[in-house]
Amino acid sequence: MIEVLSADRCISCNQCVRICPTNVFQEVKNSIPIIARQSDCQTCFMCELYCPVDALYVVPNADSVEKIQEAAVIEDKLLGSYRERVGWGKGRKSTASDDESYLVLFQARAH
Amino acid sequence: MGTEAKEPLQLKSDVLIIGGGPAGTWAAITAAEQGASTILVDKGYCGTSGATAPSGTAIWYVNPEEQARERAMMSRMDMGGNLAERPWMLRVLDRTYQNMHQIRDWGYPFPIDQTGGPSYISVQGPEYMRLMRKRVQKAGVRILDHSPALELLADSHGVAGAVGMNEQTQQPWRIDAAAVVIATGGCAFLSKALGTNVLTGDGYLMAGEAGAEFSGMEFSTAYAIVPYFSSVTKTALFQYATFYYEDGRVIEGAGSRRGRSIIAKTLLKEPVYACLDLADESLQISMRKAQPNFFLSFDRMKINPFKEKFPVAMRYEGTVRGTGGINIIDETCATKVPGLYAAGDAATRELICGGFTGGGSHNAAWAMSSGYWSGEGAAQFALKQGANRFRRNARGLAELSGVPTQAASSTNRINTEEVVQLVQNEVFPCDRNWFRSEQGLTDSLGRLNQLWYEIKQGVRTVEGSRLGVREVAAMTATARWMYESGLARRETRGMHVRTDYPQRDTAQHYRLLSGGLDQIWVKPNAAPYNSNIEEAAKA
Repeated sequence: MIEVLSADRCISCNQCVRICPTNVFQEVKNSIPIIARQSDCQTCFMCELYCPVDALYVVPNADSVEKIQEAAVIEDKLLGSYRERVGWGKGRKSTASDDESYLVLFQARAH
Repeated sequence: MGTEAKEPLQLKSDVLIIGGGPAGTWAAITAAEQGASTILVDKGYCGTSGATAPSGTAIWYVNPEEQARERAMMSRMDMGGNLAERPWMLRVLDRTYQNMHQIRDWGYPFPIDQTGGPSYISVQGPEYMRLMRKRVQKAGVRILDHSPALELLADSHGVAGAVGMNEQTQQPWRIDAAAVVIATGGCAFLSKALGTNVLTGDGYLMAGEAGAEFSGMEFSTAYAIVPYFSSVTKTALFQYATFYYEDGRVIEGAGSRRGRSIIAKTLLKEPVYACLDLADESLQISMRKAQPNFFLSFDRMKINPFKEKFPVAMRYEGTVRGTGGINIIDETCATKVPGLYAAGDAATRELICGGFTGGGSHNAAWAMSSGYWSGEGAAQFALKQGANRFRRNARGLAELSGVPTQAASSTNRINTEEVVQLVQNEVFPCDRNWFRSEQGLTDSLGRLNQLWYEIKQGVRTVEGSRLGVREVAAMTATARWMYESGLARRETRGMHVRTDYPQRDTAQHYRLLSGGLDQIWVKPNAAPYNSNIEEAAKA
């Protein structure tokens, strides 16, 4: 579930509020948004992809909160790590063109 | 929250599309191209909502060569219980072929495969759906995000729009439309299977209130294999897994395809572990490129899935990867209700899958094909209506069905969390839903029918959310259509397994239609005329 919204990085663009399909975030006047409905998070990681400043971190555990600390996430260089893999963001190239499903599915069929 | 404080947003359009996943976006673009004014409403955000957006999806794309097509059509025919229909399969293969090339022309960056040409057999969801949103906007379609529909509007001539609510601003909306496409996806009962928590069967409920029929609701027993902690339901990758007991012995016969039931049965008694140890190093790299967030999850949990054994669980995917849904009556994906169309996972996919689907591939092809046809059909239907098409004095259908659209205020009423828990108790356990029996289904239906009447008395929700009421009603109704259909099919066919009728029965080689809200009915449909001739002849 979504666990980290870095106040240091957030620029209050509210993109996460706009794009979260389950409406987990809440816009706050004159401030950064908050994680208002954490239990509605479906762990789809989409918010990380749409955050332009890599301020969000989704823990892969879909069923319970792990209470991970922002410092630990930063130390492990995890903020922005999904967006980097997908190749979204300025100066990057989408890795959709590197999709090797044709090898994975081809082998699966031959299995 | 003062839901009544805001003036409703009132709009008119030829076509209203409910749902902004692949089916809804294809429908919107096609409707607009026909010259119909079109609005698309999404419960979440068109571009991230639904099962497709968060990850890689295989596509049932086959070159138009006779032998290749024949192989593709027949490969799953028997697995699906011979309920698929060849003309529909061919139509979908043709349409998917066209649509995939269209996406290429729109700029989707397809990878280059070993042949040196683009590979069209998969898409990356984030990229695909971001592109589809752009194309919807470019087509001149107005998108309302975070704007779930709560009920359809209709008059004596048929469906005439919908009303709903913007969940972020609390502003109600009303859209009068000459035709409506339901593209709200299936129902996964808030299981957190990847991207599915917006898929609570809302469109089924609205279609049911309008008098539409369902087909194949018994084919609703899809469970995904997931790492115990994970939402990322990518069962296909477990083709490369070995499954183990806790003591390290291999579970014989366990596998991601035909051996999935062995895993489910073992999980009912003891933990099951998996390791992706059948993938060599070069394949490991390909797998990572094919499904980035599947491996992202392992990396963040500091597990090497190719070397270490990790516990697995079954996450229920309901009708999202089942094949049942709203019945469509012709090639435009019309339902029996005038002006109402269904596309994607909201519609039955038996026409191309029969009673079994392996997941993305067929459903993704169906979504883009049925989306395309429903948008075209809805637009043509709308444009044929006269100038009075927006002056119909249509009324909300929930008023007639008696299913509430407002939260109850009385503290005596059941609340949404309680309903969700009760419904999940009936549909999540494998020994109840996957391995079905007359006794088990009848017991569940007794409780679900009781719950249905309680819901009709009123439901309390967090912050008075109106959407919450409709979601839990939709889930309860869906479970009841599933289980009544499952009870009526006294055999094992496709993904529908009856422990008390473990064999396929040629006399039941037909589809099952269902419908109704308070009283649910189920009846056989005519046998599909063009699937497995032998079984059809025997029947």
